[in-house]
Amino acid sequence: MEFQIIWFILWAVLWAVYFMLDGFDLGVGILHRYIGRNEDERGAILSSIGPVWDGNEVWLLTAGGATFAAFPTTYALMFSYLYTALLLILFSLIVRGVSLELRGKEESATWRRNWGYALVTSSFLPALLFGVAFGNIFQGLPMDADGYHGNLLTLLNPYGLLTGIFFLFLFLMHGALWIGFRTKGYVSDQASRLANKIWYPLLLIAVAFLVMTKFATKLYLNFINTPIFFIVPLIAVAALLTMKVCLAKQSSIQAFAASCVTILMVTFTGVIGLFPSLIPSSIDPRYSLTIFNSSSSPYTLKIMTIVALIFVPIVIVYQSWNYIIFNKKIDHEDKKQGSKY
Amino acid sequence: MDTVMLSRIQFAVTAGFHFIFVPLTLGLSLLVAFMETKYVRTGNEVYLDMSKFWGKLFLINFALGVVTGITLEFQFGMNWAEYSKYVGDIFGAPLAIEATLAFFLESTFIGLWIFGRDRVSKQLHAASIWIVAVAANLSALWILLANGWMQKPVGYLLRNGRAEMVDFWALVTNSYGWSKFFHTVVAGYVVAAFFVMGISAYHLLRKNKSSFFKESFRMAASFGLISSILVFITGDFHAVEVATTQPTKFAAMESVWESQKAAPYHLLVIPDPSAQRNTVEAISIPKALSLLAYHDGNAEVKGLKDFPQDLRPPVTLTFSSFRSMAALGMLFMLLSFIAWLLGRKDHLESYPIFLKVMLYTIPLPYIANQIGWIVAEVGRQPWIVYGLLKTSDAASKAVSVEQVMGSLIGFTLLYGFLAVVDIYLLAKNARKGPDLEPSIIMNPAAGAGSKEA
Repeated sequence: MEFQIIWFILWAVLWAVYFMLDGFDLGVGILHRYIGRNEDERGAILSSIGPVWDGNEVWLLTAGGATFAAFPTTYALMFSYLYTALLLILFSLIVRGVSLELRGKEESATWRRNWGYALVTSSFLPALLFGVAFGNIFQGLPMDADGYHGNLLTLLNPYGLLTGIFFLFLFLMHGALWIGFRTKGYVSDQASRLANKIWYPLLLIAVAFLVMTKFATKLYLNFINTPIFFIVPLIAVAALLTMKVCLAKQSSIQAFAASCVTILMVTFTGVIGLFPSLIPSSIDPRYSLTIFNSSSSPYTLKIMTIVALIFVPIVIVYQSWNYIIFNKKIDHEDKKQGSKY
Repeated sequence: MDTVMLSRIQFAVTAGFHFIFVPLTLGLSLLVAFMETKYVRTGNEVYLDMSKFWGKLFLINFALGVVTGITLEFQFGMNWAEYSKYVGDIFGAPLAIEATLAFFLESTFIGLWIFGRDRVSKQLHAASIWIVAVAANLSALWILLANGWMQKPVGYLLRNGRAEMVDFWALVTNSYGWSKFFHTVVAGYVVAAFFVMGISAYHLLRKNKSSFFKESFRMAASFGLISSILVFITGDFHAVEVATTQPTKFAAMESVWESQKAAPYHLLVIPDPSAQRNTVEAISIPKALSLLAYHDGNAEVKGLKDFPQDLRPPVTLTFSSFRSMAALGMLFMLLSFIAWLLGRKDHLESYPIFLKVMLYTIPLPYIANQIGWIVAEVGRQPWIVYGLLKTSDAASKAVSVEQVMGSLIGFTLLYGFLAVVDIYLLAKNARKGPDLEPSIIMNPAAGAGSKEA
């Protein structure tokens, strides 16, 4: 297989895993104030992501770094074309990290409340904006020989916004399910109730997304050419439906697993549709950034492939082990639990 | 101002701000790891308390270091798209490797360290802070190999309109990257050592939990003495590396205008860049500059006049930053030697004036680190990749002046706010001192006296 294709797959995996992992951090960040009734409960909810969020975020940095190393032209053009949108995501990620880490550093309720609000905002924005960004990538950006012909407002087109809202709801669901299976008692029940409520609009938005994708993008062409790939969106839909079944059985851990599958398969659906483009041009396909016209040299790709194939599995092993160490459910009535966040 | 200048200012602001937190992380993670290891080995809970107290300050600093680091990865693409396109084939690799090898480790095990005290064994808990410390330093290595390549490009060919990597091994073994790595990390250890000594001095002056802070001070003094000597040694080697590979930077660092064999070192120099000479050159040591540049007293040191004016870096800023950094480096060796001596003989409290000096010295290693980067990056101008690509050709074409102006204002406001929060939290927690384990409060012989609790 050509190295470009290996890196396209790795690129997709990095993004998909990032969304699967940080997706629930973002969801928890948005929901923690509404599910917890007081600052102690909210602290307990946040301590459920405390040991893992930072490691989850590194999947994003690795996805970014991999784009730089494997597809430098795409990295350069995507980041400079989407300057203001990425700046908003960046500021949010900075505020999010600081809010999580500093919220518990003072006893005062005002301190914790204010950082809590900062966390809600800074989790909401990336959840929405990652969707907007990917929606626009699916559609293609208006770019040609003269560069990019858009701005922040052109990104907020109907399909971009729909994808943004789709991501937002996927992550809200994911976060609610995470809280549901990682906590006990009132907090857990409340989160599961919320997940039940979120499911209906999520289904509606997912259907709208699948339909709009037909009209707004060329993503389905690859699927029509190679129908076997239809299995990916089908699994996404099946997982979304399974989620509801698990919720009805009150098994929030199974529902969470289904949500993981949904997020992975949604990302893969989009990426399979993009192939071989990383960013299509909406004006003229000749100016699309593809894995072939924007990649690093075969030598660099080979080196990076060796590095990735050795170290990514190791990362997966120790991150999984970290999840296992912290698999004990969090009891919001145990004061010690919430004390760090 | 154009986007190039604004992007340069923004990079300086964001990288400089990030580097307020990095050096302390590099050094304090190690110090805390030493403390916790001592606790595991001896069972003495003073060391557990030490690892908790200094660990809390470490975490506040660490959080800010992590979030401000994300900015840099974004910025290469956002503001320096032409650079990223031109050198991404070779420069992207170390960044991606850093994330995969080091950053994952660091961020996963910091979670285990913060939350795992009741979940894992003492040994594993201590191991997790060691992993964080090693990963942080490993992270520095890959970043500095990337930066080292910008200073001394190796292992590439100009092909397909860009620099393509042809020799990964050359990138990994780039002597410039390694000498810079050693110099930078040990300079970070000095920051941490003076941070711990300064805060300990504050409490010792107030006779607060004396045994706790005396032990902290002593550990930091040894660490600081070794590190500041290593800063000097690695700095010396790094200077030779600079003189050999970046003659314009070295000439600007020393404000040398005329090429000269067996060049003397002038202790007092006042540069006059407009007249291309120095107004004052006094107190000279014969052959010392040649010795410094090439470890050979008779070697020829290149002067700035040997290079076209548009290929010379700003002299005054590079020169004064380098001089101040070197002077501070000497001061740190002196102070940590005194600190080590007084700590060893248990005379610390007899010299409150020295403790006061140590308290007010906390900012100086930070300043030395910042101006060290000014020497490295301003001294490389007008090149972004030395001899290969100019900074003026590297900025993004798709980005407008308004966008960069807007983001620069945004960064300044956000970072200003974060700086206030950071200083507030650090100062408050540092002043408050440790919460000692009950056993120590009950038993004055084992630690601080009960009246202090």
